[in-house]
Amino acid sequence: MLKYLAARLLTFVPTFIGVTLISFAFIRLLPGDPIIVMAGERGMTEERYAELSAQLGFDRPIYVQFWEYLTGVLQGDLGQSFVTRRPVWDEFFSLFPATLELSIFAMIFALALGLPAGVIAAVNRGKFFDRALMSTALVGYSMPIFWWALLLIIIFSGQLGWTPVSGRIDLIYYFSNPTGFMVIDAIKSGQEGALASALRHLVLPAIVLGTIPLAVIARQTRSAMLEVLGEDYIRTARAKGLPPLRINGIHALRNALIPVITVIGLSVGTLLAGAILTETIFSWPGIGKWMVDSIFRRDYPVVQGGLLLIAVMVMLVNLTVDLLYGVINPKIRKR
Amino acid sequence: MSDTLSAEVKMIQNRPGRLREFWFYFRENRGAVFGLWIFVGFVLLAAFAPLIAPHDPSAQFRAFALRPPVWQDGGTWRFPLGTDPLGRDMLSRLIVGARYSFFVGIVVVAVAASGGIIIGLVAGFAPRWLDAIIMRIMDIILAFPSLLLALVLVAVLGPSLTNAMIAIAIVLQPHYVRLTRASVLSEKQKDYVTSARVAGSGLIRLMFVTVLPNCLAPIIVQGALSFSTAILDAAALGFLGMGAQPPTPEWGTMLAEAREFILRAWWVVTFPGVAILVTVLAINLMGDGLRDALDPKLKRS
Amino acid sequence: MSLLSVRNLSVSFATSAGVFKAVDSVDIKVDKGEILSIVGESGSGKSVSMLAVMGLLPWTATVTADEMIFDGHDLSMLSARQRRHIVGKDLAMIFQEPMSSLNPCFTVGWQIKEALRLHLGLDRRARHARAVELFELVGIPAPEKRLSAFPHQLSGGMNQRVMIAMAISCNPKLLIADEPTTALDVTIQAQILDLLTGLREETGMGLVLITHDMGVVAETAERVSVQYAGQKIEEQPVASLFRAPHHPYTAALLDALPERATDKRLPTIPGVVPGQFDRPAGCLFSPRCKYADDKCRAKPPPPLGGDLGYARCFYPLNTDERAAS
Repeated sequence: MLKYLAARLLTFVPTFIGVTLISFAFIRLLPGDPIIVMAGERGMTEERYAELSAQLGFDRPIYVQFWEYLTGVLQGDLGQSFVTRRPVWDEFFSLFPATLELSIFAMIFALALGLPAGVIAAVNRGKFFDRALMSTALVGYSMPIFWWALLLIIIFSGQLGWTPVSGRIDLIYYFSNPTGFMVIDAIKSGQEGALASALRHLVLPAIVLGTIPLAVIARQTRSAMLEVLGEDYIRTARAKGLPPLRINGIHALRNALIPVITVIGLSVGTLLAGAILTETIFSWPGIGKWMVDSIFRRDYPVVQGGLLLIAVMVMLVNLTVDLLYGVINPKIRKR
Repeated sequence: MSDTLSAEVKMIQNRPGRLREFWFYFRENRGAVFGLWIFVGFVLLAAFAPLIAPHDPSAQFRAFALRPPVWQDGGTWRFPLGTDPLGRDMLSRLIVGARYSFFVGIVVVAVAASGGIIIGLVAGFAPRWLDAIIMRIMDIILAFPSLLLALVLVAVLGPSLTNAMIAIAIVLQPHYVRLTRASVLSEKQKDYVTSARVAGSGLIRLMFVTVLPNCLAPIIVQGALSFSTAILDAAALGFLGMGAQPPTPEWGTMLAEAREFILRAWWVVTFPGVAILVTVLAINLMGDGLRDALDPKLKRS
Repeated sequence: MSLLSVRNLSVSFATSAGVFKAVDSVDIKVDKGEILSIVGESGSGKSVSMLAVMGLLPWTATVTADEMIFDGHDLSMLSARQRRHIVGKDLAMIFQEPMSSLNPCFTVGWQIKEALRLHLGLDRRARHARAVELFELVGIPAPEKRLSAFPHQLSGGMNQRVMIAMAISCNPKLLIADEPTTALDVTIQAQILDLLTGLREETGMGLVLITHDMGVVAETAERVSVQYAGQKIEEQPVASLFRAPHHPYTAALLDALPERATDKRLPTIPGVVPGQFDRPAGCLFSPRCKYADDKCRAKPPPPLGGDLGYARCFYPLNTDERAAS
C-alpha cells in the first residue's frame, strides 16, 4: 500500500510540472502583448514599457522565466491580476468556496437521485421502470446544460417566480462572509430568511450543474448493480432469507459502489467544466465565472494561475479517488 | 469423415457476414435504431439545408421581428417556428444550423480519432520510456477540464468555429490515445500477433494491418460518443461567444444571441436547445447500440 | 411425516431459443435427520431442483410442482415474506464456490451476525457470543480474530466452514449442501464432509448433499437419488444401490469408480448429457445406453416401483436382487 502510494505520488510530479508548463506557455501564446493590454486605452511611453517589462521579467530568457514561475508557484505566488491588482492566489481562494458550495450541492442532488435510480433500474431490469429511468438518464446525459439552465429560468423564475435568476443571496441581507460558504454564513448570521434566500439562489444552479453527473451516476450504478446482482454472494444473501431491500441496498450496492465512486471522482473535471457554464449563466461569483471573465478581459496572470490551480485541483481529486479506492475495496486495503 | 467435412462447409456458408451480424445485434436495441433514423434525418437535413430551408437564414424581415410560432397568437405560416429579434426565420436558421453541427462532429472526430489512434499505436509499440512520456502528456491534457482548456485554446487562437473545432479535437484526442494503447497492449499478447511477427511482418504492417483492425470496436464506440461531445462543446463555446460568431446560425451561438429575450420570447431560446438535445440524444442512443452490438462481452451466446 | 416432500417438480427456463426444461417431474423426499444424496453429472438439474425448493431461481425460471411441503408449510403457497422467515432459518443452503459465495465487502463476522439478528433477534453481545460458538463448532481456529477477517483473507476451506457456520447459525431443520467440496483440495474435502455429517449427528438436522462424486455418496449418504438430464432415474438406500443398481446409468456410474474397476482401463460412459436441442424422444439415456433397443428409443419409460428403485427403465438390471426394504 505504501509502495503504491509512493509510486502514485511520483507520477504526480512530472504531471504537475507539465501542467505548470502548459499554463505558463499560454501567457506567451495569447495574442497581443500583455504589457500593452495592461496599459489599456491610454498607451504608455517607451521607458514605462521597459520598466514594466523588467518588472514582470519579460526581458530575461524564457527558461529563467519558467524557473521563476515554477518556484513562485510552489511558494503560492501566481502574480497579480492586471485588473484588480490583487494576487491571483488570494482571488482564487476567495472565490473558490462559492464554486465548492455549488459543486457540493450539485453532487448531493446527483447522488440522492442517481444512486436510487440506478438501483431501481437494475432491480427491475428490462421492465417499465428500467426503461423509463434509463431513457430519462440518457436525456440528461445528452443535455446541453446552458440551454437547460435557460429553460429552468424560464419556468421557475419567469413563469412561476419561485427562484431568483442570479447571485447567491438577496441584497437585503448583508453580513460578512468569513467561511465563504453562503449557506453556513447565512445560518451563522442569524438573520431571519437569510438561509432560505441563500438556498433559493442555490437550487437552480445546483440542479443544472448536477444534471450530467446525475445521469452518469444513474447509468453507472445500474450497470455495476447488474454485474453484482449475478454474483454468488447475492444468492447467498437470498438464501439467508434477507429482505430484498437489504440485499439490493446493502449487499449489492456496497459492491456496486466501488466502480461508481471511481466514476464520481473522475467526473470532477466535468463538474468544473459545467461550473464554467452554470456560473456564467447564473452570475454565480465562483471560479468558473472568474475564468471566463478573465479570458474576455485578457487578464493573463489570472487565466494562467486559474488554469494551473484548477488543473492541480483535478489532479488532487483524482489522487484522492485512487487512495479512496483502496478504502472502499477491502480486497486492496489489506494486501 | 466425409460427414464432418460437409458439416464444416455448411457452417462456413451459413455464417453471416460481419456487417449482417453487427446489424442483427444492433437491431435488437430499439432505441439505437430510433436514434439511427433521427441521425439519418439530421444528416439529410444538413446535406440539403439550402434546398429545404424556406428562407435565407440571414435574411432579416424587420417587420416580422420576434414573431411567435404559427400555433400561437400572432404566428404566421410564413415563419412556422417564429422569428428572432432581427426578424430572421427560426426554422431556416435551425435547418442550416444542422450543417454546422454535423460539420463540427465529423471534423472533430476525424481529427481527434486519426491523431489519437496513431499516437496510441505508437505508444503501444514504443519502448517503455517513449510510452511513458506520451502517456504523461496525455495525463497533463486530461488534468484540465475539457471545456476550460478548449476555452483558453480558443482565446489563444482567436474565437471562430474553426478554432473551436481544433481546440475540441485537441481536448478529445487523449481519450483515443488511451483507448488505442490499452487495446494494442492486450492484443499484442495474443498469438496471432506473434505469428505475424514470426512470419516477418514489418513494424508498420504489424501496427496498422495486424493489430489495428482488432482494436477498432471500442474506438468506433468512442467515435460516436465524441461526436455528440463535440457538438455539445462547440455549442457551449458558441454560447460563451468563443465559437462560431454571429450571424452564423450555429445552434449555440443562436442561444447566446437569444439570451436576453428568454423571459419575453420563449421560442428563440427553446428551439435551438431542442435541436441540440435531439441531435445529441440520437447520437448517444446510437452509441449505446453500437457498444452493445460490438462488445462481445455483452453478446448473448 | 417427512421433513421435505416434493412431488412432480418441474423447472423450465425461457431462453431466446425457446423453453428449456431443466428439471422434469422429480420427486424428492427427505426425513428428519436423514442424509439424502442427489447424484448426477453437470447439467442433470440436481442443483436447480434444490434452488427451486429454496426459491432462489432467477425470474426467468418457471417452477411447477404438485406438492412442495417443508416442515408442514406448503412452500408454493407462501408469500415472499413468509417464505423468507423459513429460508435461512429452518431451511439453509451452502454452495459450491465458497470464495465467491461470501460478500467480499463485509467481514465474515458481520455476515454471520446479520442472519442471527434477522432470524433470532439476538442483541449485539449475544450475537457475538453465538458467532464465536459457531466458529468453534465448525472448527475455525482463533474465532475471535477470524470474525473480523474479510473472505479474501481466508482460504477456500476456511470460507466453506464460514458458509457452514452461517447456514447452521439458526439451527436449521434441513441443510442443503450443493457440491460443498467440489472447489476444494482433496484433503480439505474429507474434513468438510466429516464436519457436515458430524453436525448432522449433533443437531439432528436433515441433510441434502448434491454431488457428482459417487465416492462422496458412498462415504456419507443414507439414501441416494440419481438424476439424469433433469429426471430422477433411480432412488435407493446407499448400500443396496451400490450392491444392485437397477438403472443402466447408475450401473455405469458405479463402474466408473476407480475402486470398483476390474479392468486395467477405467470404463467410461460415452457421449454427454442431452442438452436443450438434442433430447431424444424415448428414454433420455438411450443414446448412451448399451442395452437400449428400439423400444427405448421410441418412448420414454415410466418409473418402476419402489422395489426396483423407481428406476425409469424398461429393462432394469439386477432384478433378482430386489431391495428388501
